[in-house]
Amino acid sequence: MTVTLFIPCFVDLLYPKVGMAMVQILEKLGHRVVCPGGVACCGQPAFNSGYWDESREIATKVLETLKGAEVVVIASGSCGAMLKVFYPELFAGTKYEAMARELAPKCFEFSGFLVNKLGVTDLGARFPHKVTFHDGCHGLRELHNKRPPRELLAKVGGLELVEMREAETCCGFGGTFSAKFPMISTAMGDVKCASALETQAEYIVSSDSSCLMQIQGLLDRQRKPIKTIHLAEVLVQK
Amino acid sequence: MTTPSAQFRQDATRLSADLRHRQIIQTAMGKYETVRDIRKAAFQNWEEARKLAANTKWEAVNHLDRYLAEFVKNIEARGTKVHWASTSQQGRDIILGILREKNAKVVIKSKAMTSEEIHLNDTMEKTGYEVIESDLGEFIVQLREEAPYHIVFPAMHLTRDDIKDTFQKKLGGTPSNNPEELTMVARGVMREKYLQADVGITGANFAVAETGMISITENEGNARLTAALPRTMITLVGIEKVLPRLEDLALFLPMLAAMGTGQTLTCYNTFYGGPRQPGETDGPEEYHVVLLDNQRTAVLADAEQRDSLHCIRCGACLNVCPIFRNVGGHTYGTTYCGPIGAVLTPNLRGLNEWKHLSDASSLCGACTETCPVKIDLHHHLLQNRRNGARQKPSFWQKLAFKIYAPLATSPGLWSLTTKLGRIGGALQGLVKGTRLDPAYAWTKTRDLPPVAKQSFREWWKTRA
Repeated sequence: MTVTLFIPCFVDLLYPKVGMAMVQILEKLGHRVVCPGGVACCGQPAFNSGYWDESREIATKVLETLKGAEVVVIASGSCGAMLKVFYPELFAGTKYEAMARELAPKCFEFSGFLVNKLGVTDLGARFPHKVTFHDGCHGLRELHNKRPPRELLAKVGGLELVEMREAETCCGFGGTFSAKFPMISTAMGDVKCASALETQAEYIVSSDSSCLMQIQGLLDRQRKPIKTIHLAEVLVQK
Repeated sequence: MTTPSAQFRQDATRLSADLRHRQIIQTAMGKYETVRDIRKAAFQNWEEARKLAANTKWEAVNHLDRYLAEFVKNIEARGTKVHWASTSQQGRDIILGILREKNAKVVIKSKAMTSEEIHLNDTMEKTGYEVIESDLGEFIVQLREEAPYHIVFPAMHLTRDDIKDTFQKKLGGTPSNNPEELTMVARGVMREKYLQADVGITGANFAVAETGMISITENEGNARLTAALPRTMITLVGIEKVLPRLEDLALFLPMLAAMGTGQTLTCYNTFYGGPRQPGETDGPEEYHVVLLDNQRTAVLADAEQRDSLHCIRCGACLNVCPIFRNVGGHTYGTTYCGPIGAVLTPNLRGLNEWKHLSDASSLCGACTETCPVKIDLHHHLLQNRRNGARQKPSFWQKLAFKIYAPLATSPGLWSLTTKLGRIGGALQGLVKGTRLDPAYAWTKTRDLPPVAKQSFREWWKTRA
């Protein structure tokens, strides 16, 4: 099938390898990947801050760009939730509502797409390390993607998954929240990092680069030994 | 005067760096989570129970007029005097009026968040009444002249040593830090006050329309004594606490106990249907029920957030909230803290002054996931933000989003942004983590990754 890959702004600029890994995996599975260049953001920062008119300026472009797509795979649970769950609300009562509702069921976060839509769990990857998984909140609670990333990790050769106590606790990123309330955001991140360190894992894996930016940012500053890596990057390791 | 928003920021900064506080709360919550999960598992089907509870509250709240009238008719039939308070001022005036009429001097109270909401203690004390809280946690925070820290566990921020010190300072004597011994000290003070008190004031967990009864659930027996010993009893209850039928409590009492304290049922569950009836040997001679609106009808009129009136004040959303767990209950600066407080307070006390509580959230949704009556808490935070931005937009935020929109939707401008980002990142390296750094809010505590040498879009173009 033709997969439209939506690469959000921070993946584009800061974590391009995550997007490249997704392209590699999808193409290897025999799908045609298209990647529209027209929009670089889903409009979530403005939406979450309450500026819905400004958010719609971006989101309208997203709707127009993705119109007619067969399936849309989003390289982030958070942006995935924006397109799938929040667009219908953002556009409620506007002329774009029908388009938003039409798009929603075609949207998938990457791991959910592989497991739930394609039924694929074994990608032949090998990553002989002890890892722990961080559930991004949007992926977990808006998209209900608890299972897919774990099923994918279970099939990675040599990988040992150790769950941390606070796996489902927010890392404290929260988009603009992390800059508006940095002290709370940092405290939340510290709780997360401490919980991950307890597992003695070598890597924290997640489906969300934004969470990993927060976690890695704290770990680097505090010179902690554990590393972060996106699920898609794990899945292309040999 | 410090605004609530500035105060919140100041207190949040202090508390989120307070590792002792973090440890106390984490320990308490760890224990809570364990017992809560055991109780939830004892329900045949927890998700179905939540649905039923949400539907029952939906029915009650959406037909509030009918159920309130039914409740009043039934409870009045047994001689209870019902009062309607539209505002907190009216609530205070009604209660002060009763105290005056009864020529009261000493008032004993059992736990009531509604009384915190209308600042009743403060008013009664300033008018000259002696007021004693009889719930142990409330008693402790009253001695410390603090507000309750949590809607269910008012003193959860204190260790037994803190409590020992408080008792020593305020009550004299040299108690040990043994919980039982400390409880006995409090009991000694309270028992005497129960006998002296002219009026007992309680809150309510539910008001049953069908039978005209107030349901109070507690663990210390203090609400029973507050109701039984003084000659006059007053119950202050929010109008949203009405449930249609007595049998609804077969679900709500265990649900509240499971989510509130991790119990199968709380130790004492009592129904109050009126003053002492002819032939009865105990109970108050007079019973007053004060029904409090205080902006609840405004929430009722808001179809989007009406379900926030479903709240049974179990505190479960506070317990799972990573914001609450890091900043603590007092930081919210208002009666209802945690997620439900962040949803309700802007609606009860003014959006402009209180919307920062809705802003201070990562929108993780742990609250919505745990809420036993399925209030869409974290989405209501988003709605409060939207309403706040509509009512009084921030110039800078609006400007930033206005500028960002064309950048993010034009490939040419985005490509330019990418290049400028690299230059900006290199320059930012010179001032990283200092106050000159435009990303200081981030870089004060965290490193920031650089813009990649080749962005995804740049790479994608090379493949074409």
